[in-house]
Amino acid sequence: MARKGLLYGLALVLLVAAPLYVPPYELSLLGRFLALAIAALGISLVWGTAGMLSLGQGVFFAIGGYAIAMHLKLANADAGQLPDFMQWSGLDKLPFWWEPFRSPAVAFLAVLVLPGLAAALLAFLVFRRRVSGAYFAIITQALALAAATFVISQQPYTGGFNGLTGFNNVFGFALTDPHTQLALYWITLGTLALAFAALRLLLDSRFGTILLAIRDGENRVRFLGYNPLPFKVLAFAAAGVLAGISGALVTLDLGVISPAMFGVVPSIEMVIWVAVGGRSSLIGAVLGTLLVNFGKDWVSSAFPELWLYVVGLAFILVVTLAPNGVVGIAKSWRRPAFARRERPPALVK
Amino acid sequence: MSESTLALGQLFNGVSVASILLLAALGLALSFGLMRVINMAHGEMLMMGGYLAYVATSLFGKGPGFWIGLVLAFVGTTLFGALLEITLIRRLYGRPLDTLLATWGVSLILQQAARSIFGPVGVEVTAPAWLGGSLALGGTVLTGFAIPAVRVFIIVLAALVLGGMALLLTRTRLGLLVRAVHQNRAMAEALGANTRAVDLIVFSLGTGIAGLAGAALALIAPVTPTVGSSYIVYAFLVVIVGGLGSLTGTLVAAIAIGVFSAVAQIFTSVSAADVLLLVAVIAFLQVRPRGIVTQFSRALEET
Repeated sequence: MARKGLLYGLALVLLVAAPLYVPPYELSLLGRFLALAIAALGISLVWGTAGMLSLGQGVFFAIGGYAIAMHLKLANADAGQLPDFMQWSGLDKLPFWWEPFRSPAVAFLAVLVLPGLAAALLAFLVFRRRVSGAYFAIITQALALAAATFVISQQPYTGGFNGLTGFNNVFGFALTDPHTQLALYWITLGTLALAFAALRLLLDSRFGTILLAIRDGENRVRFLGYNPLPFKVLAFAAAGVLAGISGALVTLDLGVISPAMFGVVPSIEMVIWVAVGGRSSLIGAVLGTLLVNFGKDWVSSAFPELWLYVVGLAFILVVTLAPNGVVGIAKSWRRPAFARRERPPALVK
Repeated sequence: MSESTLALGQLFNGVSVASILLLAALGLALSFGLMRVINMAHGEMLMMGGYLAYVATSLFGKGPGFWIGLVLAFVGTTLFGALLEITLIRRLYGRPLDTLLATWGVSLILQQAARSIFGPVGVEVTAPAWLGGSLALGGTVLTGFAIPAVRVFIIVLAALVLGGMALLLTRTRLGLLVRAVHQNRAMAEALGANTRAVDLIVFSLGTGIAGLAGAALALIAPVTPTVGSSYIVYAFLVVIVGGLGSLTGTLVAAIAIGVFSAVAQIFTSVSAADVLLLVAVIAFLQVRPRGIVTQFSRALEET
């Protein structure tokens, strides 16, 4: 345990010092992928630990991203003017639900609260009637589809297909300034470390134990006198909040949030990061996110046609051969040879 | 065209979309009900069927090629389904969520393969001449309202397939085995049913029907590498609303969902109809969490 702590500490120090030795382009990628890893942590919590597969985390990611982007659009608009895309769409008055986002405090609060509320509501409505996990996966995917098509269609209010972009001034700092980028990197890293530590504590608590028990035998949990519903709703809300934070950070990092970033495909891609890293391990979620995304950057710049084949194969191979991902493989090396055959985590009775 | 004929036309479109959804959802519902398997590559069976029909019509002309295309689409996707079941799905038995992810991988590979072979732009399948016209209902209140023959053909095709499946399930030995495995897998196995073979047959029959649906779909819309993904989410919603492995439930749910979105599109927009549909499905699950038609069982651990 102490050795593990030392290892994590070392990794953190290396990451904090990364701007000293990582070239600028790779550093900007690293920053973005670390921000994405925050959403992956949430998926690891709900899927790896609690057995709820969500194919719609992109929606909560988007709520966080749009919340911060709406504030920045308003802050960057000329005094007394509407944001540019609203003028192009012929709007002459700010929609009332945009009004609160003038305040940065409201925007920050919205990034944290709205995705959590939305996730909690969805989980409550679906799990209240003990709908199975497979149904839940399908409903979350339908949610990702509906959300993306809806945002695209509401061009005057959401920026449509192009999303919200064109805000260079972030709370008085220029987004393109290298110093802002550097600060953003450290903020991202700090948030990730904080989220990681918080989830570690959560998983080691009784709450985490109950989530595991729900995954492995929900009815037995009921027979022991617990109602699984609040645990599932809370865990899913926590994952929603993490996805929202991740969305806000990525929006700041890229300077844009658009439907192409949160529809059906991006949402399920988040699941593959966690699957590759190791679904029931927090560090696996982070490693998987970095591995898959750096891999994507490399493959899609060298052989753009191949990327979908690679992801497709990764899905198939990971699920059939290494259900516990990279972390599972690493663990099996430390075990004696006869125990190396990997077993899938017990997800069903 | 007046208001009422417009609405009627939209309703009719809803029914014809519903019949495609029905064909796509039949295989999903059967294999989900039987094996608890969610096949995310099912939409790509639609796509594959569409491309097979396209290949057939370009090779044999649109007259005979049309029929050859329907057969080819069915046989080709049935064989592919069998291959998929043997190589992948069988190995993941009892892990529904993992099957979902692995078959999603298959669907990505198939989409990219289609893109590499046929290009990203959609290809058209021209219907034979006798399907080119439309049935006009002149001289009544419905003057000006014309039904395209292609859409009638699709509805008839769906009805035939549904009837065939109903006969197969209720009147044949195979159907008896399927129902037995569906009701109680362990008991059916103990009594000598070869459940693995039943799984294989049902699964590949399901993909074959989806392929047929794809060939039919190719008549009204261009076939693109992603045509499957735009239908599959709705097909899944049909399965959820219909209940596991029930033909009646799937039929009712397909019509309900097809007509619901068509009607919602009259009053709102296509995208708002999507949102409304999802809200309606979630609301429906509050009342009937196991779908329209549910199987009575005393078993506790059921999905």
